[in-house]
Amino acid sequence: MAHTRFRGDAGLTARMTVVMVLLGGLYVSVAAALIAYGFSAVTVLVFATVAGLAQWFFSDKLAMAAMRARVVSPNEAPELHGMIDRLCALADMPKPRVAIADTDVPNAFATGRSPNHSVVCVTTGILRRLDAEELEGVLSHELSHVAHRDVAVMTIAGFLGVVAGLVMRWGLYFGGGRRDAKGAPAFLVIWLGSIVVYAISFLLTRVLSRYRELCADRSGAYLTGKPSALASALMKISGEMARIPSRDLREAQAFNAFFFAPALNAQSVTALFATHPPLERRLEQLSQISADLSRPSA
Amino acid sequence: MKFFGDVFGRKQPPQANLDNLFAVPSAAITLEVTAGFKPTGLASVCYRQAEGGAFASAQADVQELLDADGGPKVERSTDEFGFTWLLCQRDPAELSELVTEIHAVNSSLEHAGFGPSLLCSLVSFSDAASRRIGLVYLYKQGTFYPFAPTGKTQRDNALELQIRAALADDLRIEPELGRWMAVWGAPGL
Repeated sequence: MAHTRFRGDAGLTARMTVVMVLLGGLYVSVAAALIAYGFSAVTVLVFATVAGLAQWFFSDKLAMAAMRARVVSPNEAPELHGMIDRLCALADMPKPRVAIADTDVPNAFATGRSPNHSVVCVTTGILRRLDAEELEGVLSHELSHVAHRDVAVMTIAGFLGVVAGLVMRWGLYFGGGRRDAKGAPAFLVIWLGSIVVYAISFLLTRVLSRYRELCADRSGAYLTGKPSALASALMKISGEMARIPSRDLREAQAFNAFFFAPALNAQSVTALFATHPPLERRLEQLSQISADLSRPSA
Repeated sequence: MKFFGDVFGRKQPPQANLDNLFAVPSAAITLEVTAGFKPTGLASVCYRQAEGGAFASAQADVQELLDADGGPKVERSTDEFGFTWLLCQRDPAELSELVTEIHAVNSSLEHAGFGPSLLCSLVSFSDAASRRIGLVYLYKQGTFYPFAPTGKTQRDNALELQIRAALADDLRIEPELGRWMAVWGAPGL
């Protein structure tokens, strides 16, 4: 076994496992509740499965369409392709398709259900703002998402949220046809239950998403050997990203009004719902990796 | 357990695979007989330089080691993608010594814990019409592919496919054509 400088983060893995187990437990209890009440379970599951499969198979096309991204050939973007070619050869992974979105928002994302069906997309804004080394850091972060199958993991993790969300929104419709012996109260319990399940699974998937981001930072930094370049890219783009409102935050605010005591300040609520960990947390991890790489060899 | 490594986001950088590099000298004979390409005595190693002092000192050790044999000095250069190339030079007849030198670069970097930083190495050949080709070894895949540049950013795909056919029995040729990465202006070509 060759000597390696790669150090796993046992704490991060442990925390992620706890979140996955909690989500799994939630799945089992919801399935049990559905079976126990016999509440239009089939209809709900069919809807949710269709939604889940659609997300699974069309995630790349949906995300690309939402960002108005265009797949580019090696002739159109030789530098970008050259960079990704080399990173994929270093990481021993199949090369994803490469796309560019023509928007000034500095961002990058990776999507697709498996490493063989993935797309890595960057915006023209990020290409303009970052230098070659920083861009490479960002690309290696996105390639780590591809290697870790994050689209698959998050689709599975988010599936329950889709189910609960469907019950919550269309619950009255589903419940309407079943005014039998038990009548409305049983249905009301299910409806309220699904709201609680939705809230819990929403929080858990957000926690999972933040852990996945940290993992991608980590693997990306080890791939290029330059954690500091990724850190400087993060600092460059997050300052500008923060001002751009995203859909997630608006959803989160609606929930904030509904569920949480106003005692929580705005910042900690945002942190609870964020899909990405705070910048300080990411920079701290990257500087730790930088220190590990600089350690003199034994 | 690779799958769980992926799912838990613990994907480790893959280590370099060196096993096939020593097949180059015998492949060179085949190449000369079947396609008329002879070694030029130039070979280069390409790796990704990590930040920090540990890598810099490992790199200095490698250069010192390679320069110790009294031959031409090893030349170091950085390409536009930020990858570093070490160019080794030998008498064209001493191909196996050249391959040993390349191997020394790998084992030194690997010893210092930077094995995953190795990208590829390139052994250069030319024919009577002074066409140049590079035999590129991908460390992570453990496979070779021919690279025949004809201009600044053009490559002679027909010649590359011909070389692939000629060497199919001697070397493990990269089956995925998408991995036949262009290395324009690589030192040694």
